[in-house]
Amino acid sequence: MTIQDTAYRSEPAVYVYEAPIRIWHWVNALAITVLCVTGYFIGSPLPTVAGEASDHFLMGYIRFAHFAAGYILAIGFLFRIYWAFVGNEHARQLFLPPLLNRHWWSGVLHEAKWYAFLTKEPLKYVGHNPLALLFMHFMLVWGTVFMIFTGFALYGEGTGMGSWQYQWFSSWIIPLFGQSQDVHTWHHLIMWVIICFIIMHVYVAIREDIMSRQSMVSTMISGWRTFKDNRKTDDDI
Amino acid sequence: MTETFYEVMRRQGITRRSFMKYCSLTATALGLGPAFVPKIAHAMETKPRIPILWLHGLECTCCSESFIRSAHPLAKDVILSMVSLDYDDTIMAAAGHQAEAIIEETIEKYNGNYILAVEGNPPLNQDGMSCIIGGKPFLDQLTHAAEHCKAIISWGSCASYGCVQAAAPNPTQATPVHKVIHNKPIIKVPGCPPIAEVMTAVVTYILTFERMPELDQQGRPKMFYSQRIHDKCYRRPHFDAGQFVESWDDEAARKGYCLYKMGCKGPTTYNACSTIRWNEGTSFPIQAGHGCIGCSEDGFWDKGSWYARLTDIPQFGVEANADKVGATAAAVVGTATAAHIAASAVKRAMQKDAPKGDQE
Ligand code: HEM
Ligand code: SF4
Ligand code: SF4
Repeated sequence: MTIQDTAYRSEPAVYVYEAPIRIWHWVNALAITVLCVTGYFIGSPLPTVAGEASDHFLMGYIRFAHFAAGYILAIGFLFRIYWAFVGNEHARQLFLPPLLNRHWWSGVLHEAKWYAFLTKEPLKYVGHNPLALLFMHFMLVWGTVFMIFTGFALYGEGTGMGSWQYQWFSSWIIPLFGQSQDVHTWHHLIMWVIICFIIMHVYVAIREDIMSRQSMVSTMISGWRTFKDNRKTDDDI
Repeated sequence: MTETFYEVMRRQGITRRSFMKYCSLTATALGLGPAFVPKIAHAMETKPRIPILWLHGLECTCCSESFIRSAHPLAKDVILSMVSLDYDDTIMAAAGHQAEAIIEETIEKYNGNYILAVEGNPPLNQDGMSCIIGGKPFLDQLTHAAEHCKAIISWGSCASYGCVQAAAPNPTQATPVHKVIHNKPIIKVPGCPPIAEVMTAVVTYILTFERMPELDQQGRPKMFYSQRIHDKCYRRPHFDAGQFVESWDDEAARKGYCLYKMGCKGPTTYNACSTIRWNEGTSFPIQAGHGCIGCSEDGFWDKGSWYARLTDIPQFGVEANADKVGATAAAVVGTATAAHIAASAVKRAMQKDAPKGDQE
């Protein structure tokens, strides 16, 4: 950041992410991390532990951590949907990308160009930039929905046919995919979609923090979006 | 009037004592309390027996083989004698045109009242020529017999899901029964073959109570298919402990550890093997040291190796599984990100060097 930049920063900061959103963000990040690590080891377990079976519960603990984090992810997600209704205008954005809005798509294109080094400067946003929103909505939101549905379908197989998990999820999701094995495979594949998202998300958040015209990482901590210049913003909302 | 079950049994030389034994055994197999024994006996004594037509399509006869090895010889004899009275081309005495005539006779005599048991499935390609019964495609016989039946039992994975003859690329287009017959209640008893005790119990239930046992969403009797092999596997403590066989001849294999890493499909297979077991309760595959191959699940031939935990995904090339596909994708994204970081750093460096004022 040059001295000149600092001099331009006169636009007031905007309160974007309310506390519940920020807490959700970090809890969700933690849950997903736990889910990915434990999920991987459910598919490819650690080397055999020596000794009596009654002395160990390694796979049991790994699976327990997975299911506990799965519940946190699911309940958190429900809460996040609730907050989209009661929270501020930015709380809704994640769920409703304006896919029919031409101007928004031109914003997507502009951001894509910015990432391809084809344009000198990104646009300026209070909320999510359109390209970020596109990825977050399709990879993270729908990825999470997919993982929750398939995850609970697998979970219901363990809790049994009388359980609500089985009734609500397994009973129709397992036949929909063919059989249990297919659900496992898809649940596993979409984990990698989410991992790809995380790689991009973390990099882009840090990069935008440094190179874009608004704050990023600190915003998800404090809730305040600050700007590096005082020209008008390009949000639609 | 048609004979009752009891009369049939007595005629077969079965004593009253053996008959009562059979009733209590059946009650146990069906998970019913002792109070049901007299009920079953009463039903058997008073109800006219329900005739069964047992058809064979594209199959290997392993279901019949399993059936006649039912643990309790009495149960088997009783049911077999009731069944074989009508039509089963493998075990009945009649042959040729005479045998085919029995089908017509049964259909006429018991129109709308008989149970149609199907072993195997109809192939639909080449006008069904891959399976000819009495000079006609099996499909014809099946649809004809199904039209007049009361309900259908789909024996085994062939009739239920297609099994090996329907494995990719399925050249004859072998098709499970429920995909060609839509207007009759169908009960699926999958397995390659199904367990003998499961088969006899299902038949007994239908004969005794004159209704289907309770089925799950996929049409399988809940009493035998509501749990996975994994849920009742005696090696499960080793799974929970994280103790796995890593190769066929290792110490863990000798100690009887969990076969998960050797590709055991117990966690995704609904069947009663880990409780009822096979050959009069002697053993079952996992007890013999080999993982479950998931023989009672839809399309188990096409879910990758039986010796790998993660399913192959042929769309992504030979030997690809979820982890290989995913890790490759993540590596591509990761590499692209690293390249982008480098490019961004270069750009910033160049901007810093550029004359001031050029920036905004
Ligand atoms: C970001 C979210 C998630 C990720 C990345 C994830 C990842 C995974 C992976 C990789 C597996 C192994 C699949 C295999 O057998 O190959 C797995 C299994 C499983 N997951 Fe998840 N999962 C997620 C969410 C959930 C949720 C919300 C639940 C619901 C409680 C859940 C429940 C399960 C269950 C029951 C299994 C099977 C465990 C077993 O077979 O022992 N997952 N998960
Ligand atoms: S051997 Fe198979 S069924 Fe038994 S506990 Fe291990 S994975 Fe489950
Ligand atoms: S253990 Fe598995 S493969 Fe073996 S008979 Fe039972 S269901 Fe089929």
